[in-house]
Amino acid sequence: MTARKAVSENDKPRFAPHVRFTFDRRRERWVVLAPERMLIPDEISVEILQRCTGEASLAGIIDALSGEFDASRDEIAGDVLALVQDMTDKGVLAS
Amino acid sequence: MSVDPPLALLAEVTHRCPMRCLYCSNPLALEPASNELDTETWCRVLDQAADLGMLQVHFSGGEPTVRKDLETLIDHASKQGLYGNLITSGVLLDRDRLLRFADVGLEHVQLSFQDTDEGCGDLVGGFKGAHAKKLAVARWIKEAGLALTLNGVIHRHNASRTRDIIELAVDLGAGRLEVASVQYYGWGLKNRAYLMPTIQQLEEVTAVVEDARQRLVGVLAIDYVVPDYYARLPKACMGGWGQRFLNVDPAGRALPCHAAPTIPGMSFDTIFERSLEDIWLRSDAFNRFRGTAWMPEPCASCDHREIDWGGCRCQALALTGDAANVDPVCQRSPYHEDVRSMAESEASAATESFVYRGDPGRTKAQREQKTAGAMGYVQGSDR
Ligand code: SF4
Ligand code: SF4
Repeated sequence: MTARKAVSENDKPRFAPHVRFTFDRRRERWVVLAPERMLIPDEISVEILQRCTGEASLAGIIDALSGEFDASRDEIAGDVLALVQDMTDKGVLAS
Repeated sequence: MSVDPPLALLAEVTHRCPMRCLYCSNPLALEPASNELDTETWCRVLDQAADLGMLQVHFSGGEPTVRKDLETLIDHASKQGLYGNLITSGVLLDRDRLLRFADVGLEHVQLSFQDTDEGCGDLVGGFKGAHAKKLAVARWIKEAGLALTLNGVIHRHNASRTRDIIELAVDLGAGRLEVASVQYYGWGLKNRAYLMPTIQQLEEVTAVVEDARQRLVGVLAIDYVVPDYYARLPKACMGGWGQRFLNVDPAGRALPCHAAPTIPGMSFDTIFERSLEDIWLRSDAFNRFRGTAWMPEPCASCDHREIDWGGCRCQALALTGDAANVDPVCQRSPYHEDVRSMAESEASAATESFVYRGDPGRTKAQREQKTAGAMGYVQGSDR
């Protein structure tokens, strides 16, 4: 049996197979489509999710976001890790 | 009132199904194969669904895989950008067909299981050999690289095996499990007394699910549907009438929900007469119970009115005789106590008789006597 994955800054998350992160033109917003599930990420989450390509590490993503946004690295790291852990638990992201 | 576009299309491509689940929510009178929409018309429906802003399509039925053109429809939906789900009993599937579905862009399969006990599962599904077949199908789904949800339907005769059903889902590599208490529509309503769990069973199932949810975070997501009749608040049926889903039935009628045609005095437009968009925005049927304007008291002044939208219209009809009443599952309905005590007394009467589709009702004793050795039902026959 597989176990829960604990997310760390070394991980390089990407969308799990069968999860689509797309722009919904009709409603003009980003949407995550997954089995029997549809998530509408807020603006910050969209910024994070767009960087989850499987190539960037979370450490790199956090650095990049700290450069762009007016918040401390710690604060951003907290938000990013919490979101990615939650999305990993939900099977939306995989590392 | 401005109306948002629907999110998902329920494409009920057929009513045909080789199984005869005692809880099936299909109408008592099924649409024959000769009335089913052809491939081209379904493709037109899928085009209109995507244009209207729908994001997902659920291929369901009946058993959608009885249609030989299902791969064509999946392919078409996927090219239109619709996220494809297949809701199936699995009994007609083989490995090659699942690989083809994956090839043409299907994303996810929801496979139903009646039980972990083969005998009881095959009895409730009305199809001998179903359970063994489903186990094989689950493995092929994973092999084809598709996402898998197990749908475990819970009632009085299998509630004690909820834990086993959860373990089965983990063993088969499902990402999601629905622990779905039977809902009483169609055949399920006819067989309610046979299926209704007791309150004690409900409490045990809830405890098992809560424990498993915590234990299996990040491994298996569990959605839990409690038996309506024991709830205090109704479900937001279909996420609200005419708010999220549009159901097209096998003959092309556009419905706010699968059971809506049971409501007397309502008529439903077909996709031959009007576009999906026109039906969604302007038809009488979709506007009849949309939003809150139609609501009687106690809903009209209740804080929950935009959470559960007054519950289920078809349930209000089935249990109070009027679809425009508050759903009697709600503790504020004057019928609430009656519904709950009916459920309790049906569960404790512990009847052993039920009816299959296409079969006169028999008691367990009669079945055993009549079939002496053979099973009391015929494989693959639903007529
Ligand atoms: S509930 Fe059972 S009988 Fe009804 S359509 Fe589904 S598999 Fe067939
Ligand atoms: S009174 Fe109506 S709106 Fe309020 S909880 Fe009951 S069903 Fe829902």
